[in-house]
Amino acid sequence: MEKLRAVEREGLKTDIPAFAPGDTLRVMVRVREGEKERLQAFEGICIARRGGGINETFTVRKISAGVGVERIFPLHAPLIAEIGLLRKGRVRRAKLYFLRRLAGKAARIREKRGAGQGLTVPSTPEPEQPQT
Amino acid sequence: MNGLIGRKLGMTRLFDAAGTHVPVTVIEAGPCAVISVAEGRAELGFEAKKAKRSPKAIVGHVKKAGLEVAPRIIRRFDVTGEAPAAGSAVTVAIFAAGDRVKVRGVSKGRGFQGVVHRHHFHGGPETHGNTRHRKPGSIAPGTDPSRIIKGKRMPGHMGARNFTEIGLRVVKIDAERNLLFVRGSVPGPMNGLVTVRKQGGPSRHD
Repeated sequence: MEKLRAVEREGLKTDIPAFAPGDTLRVMVRVREGEKERLQAFEGICIARRGGGINETFTVRKISAGVGVERIFPLHAPLIAEIGLLRKGRVRRAKLYFLRRLAGKAARIREKRGAGQGLTVPSTPEPEQPQT
Repeated sequence: MNGLIGRKLGMTRLFDAAGTHVPVTVIEAGPCAVISVAEGRAELGFEAKKAKRSPKAIVGHVKKAGLEVAPRIIRRFDVTGEAPAAGSAVTVAIFAAGDRVKVRGVSKGRGFQGVVHRHHFHGGPETHGNTRHRKPGSIAPGTDPSRIIKGKRMPGHMGARNFTEIGLRVVKIDAERNLLFVRGSVPGPMNGLVTVRKQGGPSRHD
């Protein structure tokens, strides 16, 4: 078991900000379009973290054009270039699945008090432009 | 050499160059001591047995190759390429990423199981007056032929038998730690003994 854990540790990222469910994240995702690679931002509320070690994943929910969209990312996937922590939310549970039934004002999350530190906006610019 | 003995450490995931996730089994394979080479076959030993538990016949046999202690497990493998010298060691370096292998081990024991689990029978309805929930039902005609045909699938012991998973792809090797990374699953529990052999033909994962 210890040997297996040692193998897994090599694949772990070390530059992950300390985020928890309720926080607003901007996930910079590497997108391949033919030969070119660009970064695409996916911004929303983290509603769950699950699994451990290299198997850990997190779910980000956002409302896109009035439709709720959720993406599940493997935390240690190279697909993720950077995770920006934009806002820390005050929540009392680990899984915020109740947000799925709520909309608009009811789906707001209060900001954690005294949480000015630890926020990281991705250094990479936000190149997301709607394709015409 | 075309194979060696190892221990299944367990499963994990790797991310390849393209960033896609690859499920792998990690096998701690070798180093295996070469005990003898004859008729195109080589006897390999893996790990060590306590002196107290080693049969003298085995100890005497491995002594010819210069080994002090009896290996825990001895298996024969085909010699491909240059024959290794008795007393030398075969390591995981005989494999390379991209090789196709077959892995043999003893599958996890399931105990005495009914036909639903063991043979994937459908079972019957749980309600509406039904009493044949997980029973096999009729197993043969009656007076003629007055017997059950051989090989009839019935309840019984499941698992804990030799099983070979074929067409697995080597993803990566780590010669320093004697680790072999194979795509997909491998029979047996974590820390179970397995043998890994090279294989021609297509991989089931391609």
